[in-house]
Amino acid sequence: MSRPRPEPVQVVKQRRDAALTALAGGVPYIQFLGIHFDRRGDELTAVLPFRDELIGNPFLPAIHGGVTAAFLEVTAVISLSYLWLWEDVESGRIEVEALEAGHLPRLPKTIDFTIDYLRSGLPRDAYARARITRSGRRYASVQAEAWQDNRDRPMAEAMAHFLMPRRED
Amino acid sequence: MTADKARIARQFIETIPHAQALGMTITEIGDGFARIEMPYDARLVGDPQTGVIHGGAVSALMDTAGGAAVMSHPEAPAGTATIDLRIDYMRAAQPGQTIVAEATCYHITRAVAFVRATATDEDTARPVAAATGAFTVERTS
Repeated sequence: MSRPRPEPVQVVKQRRDAALTALAGGVPYIQFLGIHFDRRGDELTAVLPFRDELIGNPFLPAIHGGVTAAFLEVTAVISLSYLWLWEDVESGRIEVEALEAGHLPRLPKTIDFTIDYLRSGLPRDAYARARITRSGRRYASVQAEAWQDNRDRPMAEAMAHFLMPRRED
Repeated sequence: MTADKARIARQFIETIPHAQALGMTITEIGDGFARIEMPYDARLVGDPQTGVIHGGAVSALMDTAGGAAVMSHPEAPAGTATIDLRIDYMRAAQPGQTIVAEATCYHITRAVAFVRATATDEDTARPVAAATGAFTVERTS
Protein backbone atom coordinates (compact mmCIF):
# COMPACT_ATOMS: atom_id res chain seq x y z
CA MET A 1 0.00 0.00 0.00
CA SER A 2 1.33 3.39 -0.91
CA ARG A 3 -0.28 6.71 -1.45
CA PRO A 4 0.99 9.56 -3.60
CA ARG A 5 3.44 11.90 -1.94
CA PRO A 6 1.70 15.07 -0.78
CA GLU A 7 2.53 18.15 -2.84
CA PRO A 8 4.98 20.65 -1.36
CA VAL A 9 3.03 23.24 0.63
CA GLN A 10 4.28 26.19 -1.43
CA VAL A 11 2.91 24.61 -4.62
CA VAL A 12 -0.50 24.20 -3.01
CA LYS A 13 -0.47 27.76 -1.68
CA GLN A 14 0.68 29.25 -4.96
CA ARG A 15 -2.11 27.50 -6.84
CA ARG A 16 -4.83 28.55 -4.38
CA ASP A 17 -3.61 32.14 -4.10
CA ALA A 18 -3.35 32.41 -7.88
CA ALA A 19 -6.97 31.32 -8.25
CA LEU A 20 -8.07 33.93 -5.71
CA THR A 21 -5.96 36.69 -7.27
CA ALA A 22 -7.35 35.86 -10.71
CA LEU A 23 -10.92 36.08 -9.39
CA ALA A 24 -10.74 39.23 -7.28
CA GLY A 25 -7.64 41.05 -8.50
CA GLY A 26 -8.91 41.72 -11.99
CA VAL A 27 -12.22 43.36 -11.00
CA PRO A 28 -11.94 47.18 -11.06
CA TYR A 29 -14.85 47.74 -8.65
CA ILE A 30 -13.26 45.48 -5.99
CA GLN A 31 -10.08 47.58 -6.29
CA PHE A 32 -12.14 50.79 -6.21
CA LEU A 33 -13.63 49.82 -2.84
CA GLY A 34 -10.23 48.54 -1.65
CA ILE A 35 -11.52 45.07 -0.71
CA HIS A 36 -9.01 42.24 -0.26
CA PHE A 37 -9.35 38.64 0.87
CA ASP A 38 -7.73 36.56 3.60
CA ARG A 39 -7.60 32.89 2.64
CA ARG A 40 -7.42 29.98 5.10
CA GLY A 41 -7.78 26.74 3.13
CA ASP A 42 -11.03 27.18 1.21
CA GLU A 43 -12.43 29.74 3.68
CA LEU A 44 -12.33 33.38 2.61
CA THR A 45 -12.67 36.48 4.75
CA ALA A 46 -13.19 39.74 2.89
CA VAL A 47 -11.58 42.84 4.40
CA LEU A 48 -12.74 46.41 3.71
CA PRO A 49 -10.22 48.91 5.10
CA PHE A 50 -11.92 52.17 6.13
CA ARG A 51 -11.41 55.31 4.00
CA ASP A 52 -13.23 58.66 4.11
CA GLU A 53 -14.55 57.97 0.60
CA LEU A 54 -16.76 55.19 1.99
CA ILE A 55 -18.76 57.53 4.25
CA GLY A 56 -22.51 57.82 3.66
CA ASN A 57 -23.47 59.95 6.65
CA PRO A 58 -20.83 62.62 7.34
CA PHE A 59 -22.45 63.69 10.64
CA LEU A 60 -22.22 60.38 12.53
CA PRO A 61 -19.97 59.48 10.57
CA ALA A 62 -21.12 56.12 9.19
CA ILE A 63 -20.18 53.91 6.23
CA HIS A 64 -22.58 54.30 3.26
CA GLY A 65 -25.25 51.58 3.22
CA GLY A 66 -24.47 51.07 -0.45
CA VAL A 67 -20.85 50.34 0.39
CA THR A 68 -21.93 47.73 2.93
CA ALA A 69 -24.27 46.19 0.33
CA ALA A 70 -21.53 46.17 -2.30
CA PHE A 71 -19.05 44.69 0.20
CA LEU A 72 -21.43 41.80 0.98
CA GLU A 73 -22.24 41.26 -2.69
CA VAL A 74 -18.54 41.11 -3.59
CA THR A 75 -17.94 38.70 -0.69
CA ALA A 76 -20.83 36.49 -1.83
CA VAL A 77 -19.87 36.33 -5.51
CA ILE A 78 -16.14 35.80 -4.92
CA SER A 79 -16.72 33.15 -2.24
CA LEU A 80 -19.19 31.35 -4.51
CA SER A 81 -16.86 31.53 -7.53
CA TYR A 82 -13.89 30.38 -5.46
CA LEU A 83 -15.74 27.33 -4.19
CA TRP A 84 -17.02 26.65 -7.71
CA LEU A 85 -13.48 26.81 -9.12
CA TRP A 86 -11.87 24.98 -6.20
CA GLU A 87 -12.29 21.42 -7.48
CA ASP A 88 -11.15 22.27 -10.99
CA VAL A 89 -8.11 24.11 -9.67
CA GLU A 90 -7.21 21.38 -7.18
CA SER A 91 -7.56 18.60 -9.74
CA GLY A 92 -5.49 20.53 -12.27
CA ARG A 93 -8.35 20.73 -14.80
CA ILE A 94 -7.86 24.49 -14.66
CA GLU A 95 -4.18 25.37 -14.80
CA VAL A 96 -2.60 28.01 -12.61
CA GLU A 97 -0.76 29.47 -15.61
CA ALA A 98 -4.04 30.03 -17.43
CA LEU A 99 -5.53 31.79 -14.38
CA GLU A 100 -2.43 33.92 -13.93
CA ALA A 101 -2.63 34.93 -17.58
CA GLY A 102 -6.14 36.22 -16.90
CA HIS A 103 -8.10 33.40 -18.55
CA LEU A 104 -11.02 33.32 -16.16
CA PRO A 105 -14.12 31.20 -16.39
CA ARG A 106 -17.30 33.26 -16.48
CA LEU A 107 -18.58 34.55 -13.13
CA PRO A 108 -22.00 33.85 -11.58
CA LYS A 109 -24.62 36.55 -12.23
CA THR A 110 -26.59 38.10 -9.36
CA ILE A 111 -30.32 37.44 -9.66
CA ASP A 112 -31.34 39.23 -6.49
CA PHE A 113 -29.75 40.57 -3.35
CA THR A 114 -31.40 41.35 0.00
CA ILE A 115 -29.63 43.16 2.80
CA ASP A 116 -30.60 43.78 6.42
CA TYR A 117 -28.83 46.64 8.14
CA LEU A 118 -28.34 45.68 11.77
CA ARG A 119 -26.01 48.39 13.06
CA SER A 120 -24.56 51.51 11.50
CA GLY A 121 -21.14 51.01 9.94
CA LEU A 122 -18.52 52.70 12.10
CA PRO A 123 -15.56 54.54 10.57
CA ARG A 124 -13.23 51.54 10.85
CA ASP A 125 -12.34 48.34 8.98
CA ALA A 126 -15.07 45.81 8.21
CA TYR A 127 -14.91 42.07 7.59
CA ALA A 128 -17.28 39.67 5.86
CA ARG A 129 -17.75 35.98 5.21
CA ALA A 130 -20.18 34.14 2.99
CA ARG A 131 -21.80 30.74 3.36
CA ILE A 132 -22.92 28.93 0.23
CA THR A 133 -26.20 27.38 1.36
CA ARG A 134 -26.84 25.77 -2.00
CA SER A 135 -24.72 25.54 -5.12
CA GLY A 136 -26.71 23.85 -7.85
CA ARG A 137 -26.02 23.43 -11.55
CA ARG A 138 -28.02 26.54 -12.50
CA TYR A 139 -28.79 28.43 -9.29
CA ALA A 140 -26.97 29.15 -6.04
CA SER A 141 -28.09 30.59 -2.71
CA VAL A 142 -25.56 32.48 -0.62
CA GLN A 143 -25.72 34.14 2.80
CA ALA A 144 -23.17 36.72 3.85
CA GLU A 145 -22.48 38.60 7.05
CA ALA A 146 -20.37 41.68 7.78
CA TRP A 147 -19.01 42.80 11.12
CA GLN A 148 -16.47 45.24 12.51
CA ASP A 149 -14.95 45.01 16.00
CA ASN A 150 -17.00 42.11 17.26
CA ARG A 151 -17.85 38.99 15.24
CA ASP A 152 -20.98 38.47 17.38
CA ARG A 153 -22.36 41.93 16.60
CA PRO A 154 -22.83 41.92 12.81
CA MET A 155 -23.37 45.26 11.06
CA ALA A 156 -25.33 43.68 8.20
CA GLU A 157 -26.42 40.36 6.77
CA ALA A 158 -27.40 39.54 3.21
CA MET A 159 -29.02 36.79 1.19
CA ALA A 160 -28.37 36.49 -2.52
CA HIS A 161 -29.29 34.25 -5.43
CA PHE A 162 -27.02 33.68 -8.40
CA LEU A 163 -27.32 32.25 -11.88
CA MET A 164 -24.37 29.92 -12.38
CA PRO A 165 -22.27 30.04 -15.55
CA ARG A 166 -22.41 26.96 -17.75
CA ARG A 167 -19.60 24.51 -17.14
CA GLU A 168 -17.19 24.39 -20.04
CA ASP A 169 -16.64 20.69 -20.78
CA MET B 1 -42.40 70.09 0.10
CA THR B 2 -40.91 73.58 0.01
CA ALA B 3 -38.17 74.57 -2.38
CA ASP B 4 -36.04 75.21 0.65
CA LYS B 5 -36.40 71.66 1.87
CA ALA B 6 -35.59 70.29 -1.60
CA ARG B 7 -32.46 72.41 -1.63
CA ILE B 8 -31.40 71.09 1.78
CA ALA B 9 -32.03 67.47 0.73
CA ARG B 10 -30.04 68.02 -2.49
CA GLN B 11 -27.15 69.59 -0.62
CA PHE B 12 -27.19 66.79 1.94
CA ILE B 13 -27.02 64.03 -0.69
CA GLU B 14 -24.36 65.79 -2.73
CA THR B 15 -22.08 66.21 0.30
CA ILE B 16 -22.08 62.44 0.96
CA PRO B 17 -18.49 61.41 0.28
CA HIS B 18 -19.40 58.05 -1.25
CA ALA B 19 -22.10 59.58 -3.47
CA GLN B 20 -19.41 61.97 -4.74
CA ALA B 21 -16.94 59.10 -5.24
CA LEU B 22 -19.51 57.38 -7.48
CA GLY B 23 -20.19 60.63 -9.39
CA MET B 24 -23.88 60.77 -8.42
CA THR B 25 -25.99 63.84 -9.20
CA ILE B 26 -29.60 64.51 -8.23
CA THR B 27 -31.64 65.56 -11.27
CA GLU B 28 -35.02 65.71 -9.52
CA ILE B 29 -36.16 65.64 -5.91
CA GLY B 30 -39.32 66.48 -3.99
CA ASP B 31 -42.56 65.09 -2.51
CA GLY B 32 -41.12 61.68 -1.74
CA PHE B 33 -39.52 61.21 -5.15
CA ALA B 34 -35.86 61.32 -6.16
CA ARG B 35 -34.01 60.74 -9.42
CA ILE B 36 -30.25 60.25 -9.24
CA GLU B 37 -27.81 59.66 -12.10
CA MET B 38 -24.54 57.76 -11.99
CA PRO B 39 -22.34 58.14 -15.09
CA TYR B 40 -20.48 55.16 -16.51
CA ASP B 41 -17.03 54.85 -14.95
CA ALA B 42 -14.38 52.21 -15.72
CA ARG B 43 -13.53 52.03 -12.00
CA LEU B 44 -16.97 50.59 -11.28
CA VAL B 45 -16.72 47.66 -13.69
CA GLY B 46 -17.58 44.27 -12.19
CA ASP B 47 -16.83 42.07 -15.19
CA PRO B 48 -13.64 43.12 -17.00
CA GLN B 49 -14.47 40.86 -19.98
CA THR B 50 -17.68 42.74 -20.78
CA GLY B 51 -17.18 46.14 -19.09
CA VAL B 52 -20.50 45.81 -17.25
CA ILE B 53 -20.89 47.87 -14.03
CA HIS B 54 -20.79 45.86 -10.80
CA GLY B 55 -24.14 45.17 -9.13
CA GLY B 56 -22.73 46.66 -5.92
CA ALA B 57 -22.47 50.11 -7.49
CA VAL B 58 -26.09 49.82 -8.64
CA SER B 59 -27.02 48.86 -5.05
CA ALA B 60 -25.25 51.97 -3.75
CA LEU B 61 -27.17 54.11 -6.26
CA MET B 62 -30.52 52.51 -5.30
CA ASP B 63 -29.80 52.96 -1.59
CA THR B 64 -28.91 56.65 -2.05
CA ALA B 65 -31.98 57.31 -4.21
CA GLY B 66 -34.19 55.54 -1.64
CA GLY B 67 -32.80 57.61 1.22
CA ALA B 68 -33.19 60.83 -0.81
CA ALA B 69 -36.85 59.99 -1.60
CA VAL B 70 -37.55 59.50 2.12
CA MET B 71 -35.80 62.75 3.07
CA SER B 72 -37.86 64.66 0.50
CA HIS B 73 -41.25 63.32 1.70
CA PRO B 74 -43.71 66.04 2.87
CA GLU B 75 -43.85 64.45 6.33
CA ALA B 76 -40.15 64.45 6.04
CA PRO B 77 -38.05 62.98 8.74
CA ALA B 78 -35.01 64.84 9.97
CA GLY B 79 -32.92 61.91 8.90
CA THR B 80 -33.14 58.33 7.69
CA ALA B 81 -31.23 55.06 7.56
CA THR B 82 -31.86 51.91 5.55
CA ILE B 83 -33.50 49.06 7.46
CA ASP B 84 -33.50 46.63 4.56
CA LEU B 85 -33.23 46.68 0.80
CA ARG B 86 -33.95 44.02 -1.81
CA ILE B 87 -32.65 44.45 -5.33
CA ASP B 88 -33.65 42.37 -8.36
CA TYR B 89 -31.15 42.47 -11.21
CA MET B 90 -33.13 42.08 -14.40
CA ARG B 91 -30.33 42.58 -16.92
CA ALA B 92 -26.79 43.93 -17.27
CA ALA B 93 -26.53 47.69 -17.78
CA GLN B 94 -25.13 48.63 -21.20
CA PRO B 95 -21.40 49.51 -20.84
CA GLY B 96 -20.76 53.21 -21.45
CA GLN B 97 -24.25 54.37 -20.48
CA THR B 98 -25.33 56.44 -17.45
CA ILE B 99 -27.48 54.57 -14.93
CA VAL B 100 -30.50 56.47 -13.62
CA ALA B 101 -32.32 55.46 -10.44
CA GLU B 102 -35.83 56.69 -9.60
CA ALA B 103 -37.09 56.11 -6.07
CA THR B 104 -40.52 56.76 -4.57
CA CYS B 105 -41.40 56.81 -0.91
CA TYR B 106 -44.94 55.45 -1.33
CA HIS B 107 -45.90 55.17 2.33
CA ILE B 108 -44.62 56.63 5.56
CA THR B 109 -45.58 56.01 9.18
CA ARG B 110 -44.27 57.57 12.38
CA ALA B 111 -41.33 55.18 12.37
CA VAL B 112 -40.95 53.58 8.94
CA ALA B 113 -40.78 54.75 5.33
CA PHE B 114 -41.48 52.31 2.48
CA VAL B 115 -39.68 52.76 -0.82
CA ARG B 116 -39.77 51.38 -4.35
CA ALA B 117 -37.06 52.12 -6.91
CA THR B 118 -36.02 51.23 -10.43
CA ALA B 119 -32.78 51.71 -12.34
CA THR B 120 -32.48 52.10 -16.09
CA ASP B 121 -29.83 52.87 -18.67
CA GLU B 122 -30.62 54.68 -21.96
CA ASP B 123 -33.13 51.97 -22.87
CA THR B 124 -35.69 53.21 -20.33
CA ALA B 125 -38.35 50.70 -21.39
CA ARG B 126 -36.36 47.80 -19.97
CA PRO B 127 -35.23 48.42 -16.36
CA VAL B 128 -31.80 47.20 -15.29
CA ALA B 129 -32.84 46.63 -11.69
CA ALA B 130 -35.74 47.09 -9.29
CA ALA B 131 -35.63 47.54 -5.55
CA THR B 132 -37.90 47.68 -2.53
CA GLY B 133 -36.83 48.79 0.90
CA ALA B 134 -37.77 50.04 4.34
CA PHE B 135 -36.09 53.06 5.90
CA THR B 136 -36.12 54.51 9.42
CA VAL B 137 -37.89 57.81 10.16
CA GLU B 138 -35.75 59.86 12.52
CA ARG B 139 -37.59 62.63 14.37
CA THR B 140 -35.89 65.76 15.61
CA SER B 141 -37.89 66.09 18.85
